[in-house]
Amino acid sequence: MGWPLAVSAGLMERSPRALFAALGPLSVGHLLATLLMLLPFALLLVLAKWQHQISTFASLLLIAFGMFRLLNRRHPRALARIPPAQLGLWSFAIALAHGAALMLVPIYLGLCQAFALDTGHEAAGALMGANLGMAVLVAIIHVVAMIAAGGSMAWAVYRYLGLKFVSRSWFNLEAGWAASLILVGVAALAFNLAD
Amino acid sequence: MTIRPDPTLHASPKLAMEAPTENFAYTVLLSPDFSKPDALAVIDVKPGSPHYSQIVHTVTMPNKGDEFHHFGWNACSSALSPLFGHAFIERRYLIVPGLRSSRIYIIDTKPDPTQARIHKIIEPEEVFKKTGYSRPHTIHCGPEGIYVSTLGGRGKDGTDGPPGVFLMDCETFEVLGRWELDRGPQKLHYDFWWNLPRDYMVTSEWALPPQFENGIVPEDLLSNKYGHRLHFWDLRERRHVQTLDLGANHQMALEVRPAHDPAREYGFVGVVVDTTNLEGSIWTWWRENGKFHVEKTATIPAEPAPKEKLPPLLQGFGAVPPLVTDIDLSMDDRFLYVSCWGTGEMRQYDVSDPHKPKLAGSVRIGGIAHRAPHPNGKPFAGGPQMVEISRDGKRVYWTNSLYSTWDDQFYPDGVPGVEVMANAGPSGGLELAADYFVSFPEGYRAHQIRLEGGDCSTDSFCYPSA
Repeated sequence: MGWPLAVSAGLMERSPRALFAALGPLSVGHLLATLLMLLPFALLLVLAKWQHQISTFASLLLIAFGMFRLLNRRHPRALARIPPAQLGLWSFAIALAHGAALMLVPIYLGLCQAFALDTGHEAAGALMGANLGMAVLVAIIHVVAMIAAGGSMAWAVYRYLGLKFVSRSWFNLEAGWAASLILVGVAALAFNLAD
Repeated sequence: MTIRPDPTLHASPKLAMEAPTENFAYTVLLSPDFSKPDALAVIDVKPGSPHYSQIVHTVTMPNKGDEFHHFGWNACSSALSPLFGHAFIERRYLIVPGLRSSRIYIIDTKPDPTQARIHKIIEPEEVFKKTGYSRPHTIHCGPEGIYVSTLGGRGKDGTDGPPGVFLMDCETFEVLGRWELDRGPQKLHYDFWWNLPRDYMVTSEWALPPQFENGIVPEDLLSNKYGHRLHFWDLRERRHVQTLDLGANHQMALEVRPAHDPAREYGFVGVVVDTTNLEGSIWTWWRENGKFHVEKTATIPAEPAPKEKLPPLLQGFGAVPPLVTDIDLSMDDRFLYVSCWGTGEMRQYDVSDPHKPKLAGSVRIGGIAHRAPHPNGKPFAGGPQMVEISRDGKRVYWTNSLYSTWDDQFYPDGVPGVEVMANAGPSGGLELAADYFVSFPEGYRAHQIRLEGGDCSTDSFCYPSA
């Protein structure tokens, strides 16, 4: 997410270094947005016996957000007020607005469940620590994967493909993205109920 | 909303230049005595077409007295901003404001320019109520939607409060409200444009409505009461950051033309007249270390003329001022075109070095004293005025009227609406095309031109050409 911004930064400064420098704030913003979504659930999971309810709630939240994006595909106008120099803030806001961070929640909860099968006897403190660690791990893996893909894309466009690729590569995926939010939510819900 | 970005949106000025050339030119027509409704003419500009240089469609408005002047698109290449990340808005609707009525027409140009029709009308009351501004003028599409500059504030004569910029939604065309959060000392308005990635806006000054609606006020001009400042703004914060005064004798700073390549942090502005010697001038502004600067980089002298060839307004001076009323910069930022509406000349400056414009070409046509005819032999009343350059920089179109009441003062014999085109050489030089000459219907004058698929005073870019 945000790879065209890295291309723009590189071209404006006429330096590949500026392109890679832009990836830094883009990663940090996305990471913070992801953690903002995951951490409250990590804390909630201390209530181990409510785990099913928490997962159901997260799935419903994701489905509701996906439906909202499907019906209202416009970006909040406030996003247009973010100055071009504030890449980190932009990345943070866009990850929240698109629901990218929220989408990780059911996946995260699923992972916690999978790895926490025999932690029923552990103290709440240890459980919380494990859950927090898992949240940070999920967020970091997600952001590293995203920035590796986006960074490669930015570099390919900057170095080889040319700016024409910017408009050629863009598809209107808003509806598809909204549908995939709903899909992940439904899958997580089904998985949870079957469990 | 589309699945792929509109093919007329381009990431960089270079890509815009390489795109297919225009087939149609849109031109607004105004009835100077308000006896007929204003209109939008669609002209065939495709070489070899059987209707080449002819009006192929006209959209006539349902009201009279709107006085069309400038207009613009609902979307341009700025929609490819990497900050938006999804550019699925079509360049489809023309936003045509009535400068005198404050009414705004939205014209749909799809499925074909020859079927253009009115999509929506925004009544003046809505503009007044939601913005406190009147007399909408320049249109640009940008990060927060459609930006509209205005020349008047509230009240009947538009002097109750300063004029400014307001925002419109680029899909629903709902008037959203004022753009400025902190306007600083800005009190007059005319044109505006910006550098999107560098996040600044530049605005210029003409005058308040009582100084132009009933004609130019000579006493105000000679006492330097027209606008002569440039204002610089933080675009996303909507905040005034700096004023540059060109000096009170440099009356009427009009068109603002920033370099299209966003990596270049400079631009130009034209000054209509210097009241100390009647000359017109071109100024270059630039940003360095976060501060803006401006300097006069070219002057165009007045031309002496016998009294009997002059309108009453100018007889006391014995000379014709060039009256620099429009300027336009080619997409590659190389050539600046300068309309000398008084002397009847279109000048082409090479601005490869923006601080040292070099005269590269010139065409004489019309003019208060010269009255040079078109190469096809037909008369050309008025002088070169609103100028528009094709994206590839090869064709330069212009019309001949300035503003209803001002036309009558400088050209009392009338200014029948005409549009001509000149071919520009790849390394300079300008020559009128003998086969392009559009005469508009009786009683109409012509003002701004917009080209199908974008042009040099519409599109702003988020990526440099390099």
